[in-house]
Amino acid sequence: MSLINAPSPHTSRHTDTGAVMRQVVYATLPGLAVLVWQFGLGSLLNVLWAVLVALTCEALFLRARGKPVAFYLKDWSAVVTAVLLGLALPSTAPWWLTLIGVGFAIVVAKQLYGGLGMNPFNPAMIGYVLLLISFPVAMTQWVAPGDAPAPADSLALFLGQTPADAFTGATPLDTFRTWAGDAEALAGRDILAGRLAGPGWEAVNLAFLLGGLYLLARRIITWQIPVAFLAGLALPALIAHQVDAARFAGPLFHLFSGGAMLGAFFIATDPVSAATSRLGRFIYALLIGLLIWVIRTFGGYPDAVAFAVLLLNLAAPFIDYYTQPRAYGHRKANKGANP
Amino acid sequence: MSANPSLLQRLLPGTRRAPVHDFPGGVHPAEHKTVSNQTPITPGPRPAQLVLPLNMHLGAPARPVVAVGDQILKGQMLAEPTGAVSAALHAPTSGTVVALGPRPIQHPSGMDALCIVLAPDGEDRWAERRPVADHTRLGPGKLIALLRDAGVAGLGGAGFPTSVKVSLGDHQRVEQLIINAVECEPYITADDRLMRERADEILLGVQILQYLLNPHDTLIGIEDNKPEAIAALRAACAGSDVEIRVVPTKYPSGGEKQLIQLLTGKEVPSGSIPAQCGVVCQNVGTAWAVKRAVHDGEPLLSRITTVTGDAVARPGNYEVWLGTPVADLLHHAGVDKDRLGRLVMGGPMMGFTLHDPSVPVVKTSNCVIAASAEELPEPPPEQACIRCGACAEVCPANLLPQQLYWYAKTDDFERAQHHNLMDCIECGACAYVCPSHIPLVQYYRYAKGEIRTQTAEQIKADRARERFEARQARLEREQAEKEARRRARLEANRKKQEAAADSAPGAGDDKLAALKKEVGQASSAYKAAVKAAKTAEAQEADNAAELRARADSLKAEADRAKAALRDAKAAAPAQPAAAPAESSALADLKKAVGEASSAYKAAVKAAKNAEAEQSDDAAELRARADQLKAEADRLKAELREAKAAQGPAAAPAAPAPPKQDGDTPDSKTTVDKAAVDDDAAAKRQKRLKALKTAYNMAHKQYKEAHAAVERAERAGQDSDEALAAMHAKVEKLKAKADHCRDALDALVEQAKADILAHTGKDLKTLKLDAARAESALRDKADELERRRDTSDADTLETLNSELDALQEHAQLTRLALKTAVEEQGLVEE
Repeated sequence: MSLINAPSPHTSRHTDTGAVMRQVVYATLPGLAVLVWQFGLGSLLNVLWAVLVALTCEALFLRARGKPVAFYLKDWSAVVTAVLLGLALPSTAPWWLTLIGVGFAIVVAKQLYGGLGMNPFNPAMIGYVLLLISFPVAMTQWVAPGDAPAPADSLALFLGQTPADAFTGATPLDTFRTWAGDAEALAGRDILAGRLAGPGWEAVNLAFLLGGLYLLARRIITWQIPVAFLAGLALPALIAHQVDAARFAGPLFHLFSGGAMLGAFFIATDPVSAATSRLGRFIYALLIGLLIWVIRTFGGYPDAVAFAVLLLNLAAPFIDYYTQPRAYGHRKANKGANP
Repeated sequence: MSANPSLLQRLLPGTRRAPVHDFPGGVHPAEHKTVSNQTPITPGPRPAQLVLPLNMHLGAPARPVVAVGDQILKGQMLAEPTGAVSAALHAPTSGTVVALGPRPIQHPSGMDALCIVLAPDGEDRWAERRPVADHTRLGPGKLIALLRDAGVAGLGGAGFPTSVKVSLGDHQRVEQLIINAVECEPYITADDRLMRERADEILLGVQILQYLLNPHDTLIGIEDNKPEAIAALRAACAGSDVEIRVVPTKYPSGGEKQLIQLLTGKEVPSGSIPAQCGVVCQNVGTAWAVKRAVHDGEPLLSRITTVTGDAVARPGNYEVWLGTPVADLLHHAGVDKDRLGRLVMGGPMMGFTLHDPSVPVVKTSNCVIAASAEELPEPPPEQACIRCGACAEVCPANLLPQQLYWYAKTDDFERAQHHNLMDCIECGACAYVCPSHIPLVQYYRYAKGEIRTQTAEQIKADRARERFEARQARLEREQAEKEARRRARLEANRKKQEAAADSAPGAGDDKLAALKKEVGQASSAYKAAVKAAKTAEAQEADNAAELRARADSLKAEADRAKAALRDAKAAAPAQPAAAPAESSALADLKKAVGEASSAYKAAVKAAKNAEAEQSDDAAELRARADQLKAEADRLKAELREAKAAQGPAAAPAAPAPPKQDGDTPDSKTTVDKAAVDDDAAAKRQKRLKALKTAYNMAHKQYKEAHAAVERAERAGQDSDEALAAMHAKVEKLKAKADHCRDALDALVEQAKADILAHTGKDLKTLKLDAARAESALRDKADELERRRDTSDADTLETLNSELDALQEHAQLTRLALKTAVEEQGLVEE
C-alpha cells in the first residue's frame, strides 16, 4: 500500500492551462469564419501557417533551453499566440510575413524572456508591431469587404504571388481618417455605410464579440478588461462625436471597426502581461481603450490595438503598484510594492 | 456573488433573518457528503491499544499523572493541563497504562510525540462521575475550571482549549456568540449527523456557553446543504433565544473569520482574535462536548469522526474513542487496502495526508478520507503561472495569490508580507482553482514558516544587542566611577602634601608661585583657545562653536585660578619684607595693573582685527582699547607711586618698548623686587620668570617688526630711508631679544647646577625617578583592574593598599621634581 503524500488541497477543479487556452482558440472560431467569409481563405491559411510556425519555434527553443518539449507544448499557449496574430494579419499577407511575425513573437517576445508566464509583453502584439513597422504596405492592405478573392487567388496571395485582379481596398478606419471633417464625402462612402460601422468589418467584430461573450460565460476571462476596454474607447468617441460628428466618428463605429472586439476580448485579456488585481485590470483596459481612440483619431496609424496594448503592458507593474486590493481584516489597501 | 438567500433557504419555514453579508471569493467543490451522512452515528472500534498524545489540543502539552502499569478507570484523568493554554486528557475506557513514550501522531510531518498508551480491559468501567444539573449554581469560575479539567477543546479543527476561549477579560463584552455548524469542507458530515441526532444536547451546551459569555446574540451558522440538521436544530431551539442562520453553501464559509463576516459583516482585524471585535466562535461539536462535561460529568473521551472515501465499504460517522489508531478505524469501516490511494485526515481542502495509519484519532480529527487513487488522484505536474487571476477571484481574504506565489518562490518575504501573506488562512481555494496545478498553499506555508523563523531570529538578535549594549553601558559607568574615586584619592593625597608643604617654613611663597604659574598657564591656554576659535570662525570652520565653548571654559578656569591666587595672596603669612599689609596692597595693585594691561592688549588686538576686516564696530573697539589703555596707565602710575612710597623697593623703570605698550609692569617689578629678596632660590625663580617674559616680549616684537619690514619691501611703497630705519629697528629688537635669551640661558644653567648641588641628583635623574614611579603606579592600577572581577576581597585589599603606597611614592617623586624645578625657577612647559 503506497499512499500518496501531497499537500492540501487534495482535490481540484480539474481544469488546466491547456484547457483554458483551447477555450480561447475555440472562441476565436466565429471571428475566423466571418473573416474567411468576408475576406477570403487568406485568414485561415495565415492562422494555420502561424500555428505551424509557432509550434515549431516553441519546440526548437524549448529543446534549446533544455525543457521537456511535449509538456510545454501541451499548454497550448503558442497556439493561442499564433491564432491571435494570424487573425490580426491582413488576409492578403504572404507566408513570409506570418513567418517573421510569429517567429519573432515566439522566440524573442516569449522564449527569450523565459517562456510562458514570464513575458512582460503580449507576444502576438510584439510580432504584429514588428511587422507593421517593417512592412507597412503589406500590413495595411485589406481586401474590400464582401469582395473576397477566390480560394485559388487567396492561395496565390499567401504564396507571395500577385494575382491577376487587385483586391485591395481601404478599410473603414482608413476611409474615415482620410475624409474626416468632410461630412459630404463621408456620407458618400459605401465602406462606411453599414448598420453599426463599415459593412463586413462590423460582422467581423460582432463575431469576435460573440466569442468573447462565450469566454465570459465560461469564466475564462473576467468582465473587467473587456468592459473597461470598450468603455475607454466608446466614451471619448461619444463625447467627441457629440461635439463634431463630421470630424469624430461615433462610438459604435469605433467599437465595431478594426481590431476593437478582438482586442477587447482576446488581446488585452492576456493575463500574463496585464495588470493583476480586479481594479488594476479595469484601469489597465480603460487606458488601452482610451489610447486606441487617441491614436485612431490623432495618430499616424489607422488602428492602434497593438500599440495601446504594448504601452499598457509597460505600465502594468505601475498600475499594480497602486491597486492592491484591501485584504480581509485591514482597514485600507496597501500601496506600493515594498513596505 | 449575491447575498440573496438561496432558494432552499426561502422555502424553509421560520427563517427569522437571512444572512445579509457575504465574503469575497470562495469555491464550490463537489460535496461528496452523501457518502457518509446517510447512516446514523455508530460506535467506533474497540482497539487493542489506545494511543493518547499529550498535545491533542493547541497549547502546552498535558503533564502525565499516571505511570506505566497503572490500572485506569474510564474517565480517569491521565494527564493534567499545564500552563494557561492547555487541557486535560482522560482515559476513554478502563484499562492499563502499558507505555509512556514517543509514537507517530497526527501531524503533516509525520513526527513523533509523547503519548500515553492504554490497553483497554474490555470492561469499560467508569470512574466516579460528578454531573452538574444546574450549571448556574456552579458559577463561571468553577465552570471554566470544570471544562479545563474535562479536557474540552475545540472539536472543529484547531483544538483550542475551550476553557481559555470562554474566559473573558474584565472589560470584554461579547456581542455575538457564533456556533459554527457550517461544516463547509466536502466529505465531512460529523457535525451534520451530530446535529440531526443530538440537537437537544447541543442546545444545552450552547446555553452553558451563553451563561459563560453572556452574549447579546447567539447565532448558529449552518450551510443550506444540511436541511435535516437545520430542521433538527430549529426544533430544538424553538423557544430559545438561539438564532439559526442558514448560509449559502460555499467553501470556506466555515472558516472562523469568514463565518463572522457572513453573520455579522464584521472583519476580525488583521493579527487579532475574534474576541477583539466582540465575537466568540465555538464549534457545534464543542458545544455538545461542553454539555457532556457539565451535565453528565463526562470528560471528553470520544468524538464523532467521519470515515469516508471510495476505499471503505461502510462509510459513515463513528463515535470514536480518542487514541484509536486510524488503522483500526479503517478496518472497522471495512477498508479495501488495495484500493486505498490517499489517506487524508481532515477534509480534502485543508486536511493532510497520512503515510502511517497507526496514528491515533485525536480531539480535532473530524474526518478520515480513505480515497482511491482515482478519487483523489496524484496531482498533475506544476505548470507555469499565467497570472490568470483565478486564484484572486476565489481568495476569501481578498489577497493576490498569484503575486504571493511569485514572492514566496523568489524568497521575497518583505513583499510577500506587504501583500498580506500573513492574512492567508490556507483554505486552499486558490490551489483548488489553479489551472496550472501549482500547490500554492504549500508555497505560502513555506514563506510563512521562513518569515516566522526570521522574525524570531530578529527578536533574538535584538535582545542580544540590547543585552550587549546594557553591559557596555554598565562597564563604562563602572569605569567612570572608578576613575572618579581615583581622582578623589589623588586630590586628597595632593591636599595632604600641600598641607604638609604649607606647614613647612617658607612654603607660602612656593605656594603662591605655584598658583601664579597656574594662572599664567590657564590664561595662556585661554588666549590660545580664543585665537584658535577666532581663526576657526574666520574660516567658518565647523568646530568654531566648539572651540569658542572650549575657550569659554578655559576662561572660567583661568578666572578660578586667578581668584585662588588672590585668596592665597591675601592669606599669605607675613613676609619678612617690611609692611606686609602694604606689600599685599602692592601685590593687588600689581595684579590690577597686569589685568588692565592684558585687557587693553586684547582690546587692541580685537580692534586691529576689526580694522583689517573693515568691520563696522572697529572704531568702537578702538575707542574701548584707548579707554582701557588710560585705565592701565592710571594703574601703572598708582603702582609706581606705591612703590616709591615703599622706599628702597623702588627702582628705575625700564624704558618701555617703543611700539607696543605690552611691557608687563609685573616682570619689571618682580625683577626689581628679586634684588632685595633674601632667599636666593626664590630670587632666581623670579628673575627667571621675568627674563622669560622679557625674552618672549622682545622676541615677539622682533618677529613683528621683521614681518612688517618684509611686507613693506614686498609692497615697495615706502622710501628707502623709511625701509632702512625699519631695518635698523629690527636689528635693535633682535639684539635685545638675543640679550634676553643669553641671560635666560645662563640663569637656567645656574639653576640646574644648583639643583644638583641641592638634591644630589641632576634634573634628568629626578625626571627619570618620577617617570618610573608613575609607570609602576600605572602597572599596579592595571593589575588591580584586571583582577577586580576574578580575585577575592583579600587580594583586592592587598592590591589596593599596594596601589596607595605606589601612589604616594609617585606623588613624592613628582613633588621632588616639581620643587627642584620650581625652586630654581625652571618652569617646565
